[in-house]
Amino acid sequence: MKTDIILAGVGGQGILSIASILGVAALEQNLYLKQAEVHGMSQRGGDVQSNLRLSSSPVHSDLIPLGKADMVVSLEPMEALRYVEYLNPQSGWIVTSTAPFVNIPNYPEQAAIDAALASRERVVAFDMEAAAREIASPRSSNMVLLGACSPLLDIDPSKLEDGIRAIFARKGEKIVEANIAAFRLGREKAIEMRSGK
Amino acid sequence: MKNRKLLLLGDEALALGALDAGLSGVYAYPGTPSTEITEYIQSHQGAKERGVHSHWSSNEKTAMEEALGMSFCGKRAMVCMKHVGMNVCADAFVNSAMTGVNGGLIVVAADDPSMHSSQNEQDSRFYSQFAFIPALEPSGQQEAYEMAAYALDFSERVQLPVMMRMVTRLCHSRAVVEQGDERPENTLSYPEKTRQWVLMPGNSRVRYREVLQLWESLKEESEKSPYNKYITGTDRSVGIVASGIAFNYLMENFPDGCPYNVVKISQYPLPEKMLQRLADESDRLLVIEDGQPFIEEKLRGVLPGAKKISGRLDGALPRTGELTPDAVAAAIGLKEAEHEKRCEMVVPRPPALCQGCGHRDVFHALNDVLAGYKDAKVFGDIGCYTLGWLSPFNAIDTVVDMGASITMAKGAADAGQHPAVAVIGDSTFTHSGMTGLLDAINENSPITVIISDNLTTGMTGGQDSQGTGKLEDICLGLGADPAHVRTIDSLPKNHDAMMALFKEEIDYPGLSVIVSRRECIQTARRHNSAKK
Ligand SMILES: Cc1ncc(C[n+]2csc(CCOP(=O)(O)OP(=O)(O)O)c2C)c(N)n1
Repeated sequence: MKTDIILAGVGGQGILSIASILGVAALEQNLYLKQAEVHGMSQRGGDVQSNLRLSSSPVHSDLIPLGKADMVVSLEPMEALRYVEYLNPQSGWIVTSTAPFVNIPNYPEQAAIDAALASRERVVAFDMEAAAREIASPRSSNMVLLGACSPLLDIDPSKLEDGIRAIFARKGEKIVEANIAAFRLGREKAIEMRSGK
Repeated sequence: MKNRKLLLLGDEALALGALDAGLSGVYAYPGTPSTEITEYIQSHQGAKERGVHSHWSSNEKTAMEEALGMSFCGKRAMVCMKHVGMNVCADAFVNSAMTGVNGGLIVVAADDPSMHSSQNEQDSRFYSQFAFIPALEPSGQQEAYEMAAYALDFSERVQLPVMMRMVTRLCHSRAVVEQGDERPENTLSYPEKTRQWVLMPGNSRVRYREVLQLWESLKEESEKSPYNKYITGTDRSVGIVASGIAFNYLMENFPDGCPYNVVKISQYPLPEKMLQRLADESDRLLVIEDGQPFIEEKLRGVLPGAKKISGRLDGALPRTGELTPDAVAAAIGLKEAEHEKRCEMVVPRPPALCQGCGHRDVFHALNDVLAGYKDAKVFGDIGCYTLGWLSPFNAIDTVVDMGASITMAKGAADAGQHPAVAVIGDSTFTHSGMTGLLDAINENSPITVIISDNLTTGMTGGQDSQGTGKLEDICLGLGADPAHVRTIDSLPKNHDAMMALFKEEIDYPGLSVIVSRRECIQTARRHNSAKK
């Protein structure tokens, strides 16, 4: 088993918590992993990404080579498209929120971004902020995203829920439950969308 | 405790390795990508119980000297910094080879190839060679963990500091690390050889010869090091030298094993015999190293040699920027994997000052005031407020190194420039702005120094800032005129008051300091949620 994931977003959106939860779950399952993070300057509202590599055999490079990623998992649609050259052209998936984060003057037309996503095969895209709001926890759109990519992972979803518990335990039971609900919602939506196609 | 598996950043693995090896103190000034080493020790329960020193230092030079003092007393110490921190501590670093060490001493230099968060791409291995200090370059998180103990033992055995050269991709990448045994801290003891700790010319001349001899013996150490390896291949058409994490990129491209002869380098000075053997047993050489072509230049020398050598200097690998598995694949002649083209509509998304950040108010007010002058110049500095160069502010003319705002403004004023405004953050001010301010005070230079105080070291993630609560007193203590040491809150509602104050002090024909203050929005949020 080997899964290479590029996690993408804008600094401050919380993609690193997704990486941490996947990390906890992978460690539980005795998988090898490497996860390159971005710290520093770009965390101030710039584009951020994390290369996450899970495997049943040792992982060498911290970085994913071009054309080898199994998934680009993103909290922002333009940020998802930033990494298409890394996707495996035969089998790579994009899982992304469609809610744009506009903090630059030259952000592309949203219609163009939507069209670029719609023209691709193997895409799971919906507004994850809206989904998170549906269950009254707008800040857990990152857990909706984790849920949405979970059907594509070789990791038992209950292990991911354990990871969510471990990461949010400090913040109290209410926050843990909200994040688990967000995770489940994302997972359901993604399963629905994929069976619809 | 034994064989515990942990998921750790390269930085954290190194920190834990040092703690397990009996570290008594870590000394550091924050700097990406090295910051998490010290932060890990600060939050480590065992380190707290043991009382391991981990308070931030004012700058890299004070950190280096404090660590050397601990080593003098026989205990194990570690200094951590980003690569440009080496420039700040260079005096202490180079001379620490002359004094040698008593307790083991690690100097961590975290390089930032590709300049993810830095102003240049300098390679700290040049410092190690320049100072005659051995260096280690871990290739992975497990190695970073294990090398900490190795480095401290080695440092005590050869009585020299040991540099640990890290790079961003290792510092900030997580992997599973297996924890080993723990060892107690050293007890207080004093150096046996006392003369070399007093670097007067007579002592130094004697010691320098010793240092040079030691350097020759360190080459032998490198031949035997468990971290340098000769791996024999089946195909002699090329011999590959791969240092640090470059070795991983090589292996990534050969999942079933590399067919070529390879020398993996993780300990310096270079093992010359091992490299000679690689040259003898291979038709040509390829050098893969992250950062500058340090090894490649040494192998090439100046005069043309018999062997063709490829690497960053002949374009086989890109001359600048960090290595990638793809760049390495191209250099060894592998076919590029099939992949899509970049999506053309995607545009860059540069970082920006946070909404609610007081630096924004400083730049708004400053821009509005300076619009009324011809050719005003603003000398910026290093920190979040460097982002004031970007639009919509475009408020800064220079950013060079920490502290350079005040001194460059002074030099500009000496040249006849007016207005000459310096904008500096609180942490940068105590790092290396204070000494320059003394110069400006002593000559009553007609410059306006704005200390944009957000009560934290923001850019690196919000570490405690050493001057918090003392900035005005520091300026007054250095001799600034109390009438021209002014304070204001950086708030949108104060825009007009800030403008008036800035204008008044810019028009004053002497030195003034304005402390413009508002807590960083990120740390304020954290403080609020901690209170709840
Ligand atoms: C010699 C050196 N050491 C460390 C750094 C890393 N560094 C860059 S900005 C910064 C913090 C500056 O803090 P402050 O001046 O208070 O400004 P803020 O970011 O809080 O606005 C640090 C530590 C550096 N660039 N150079």
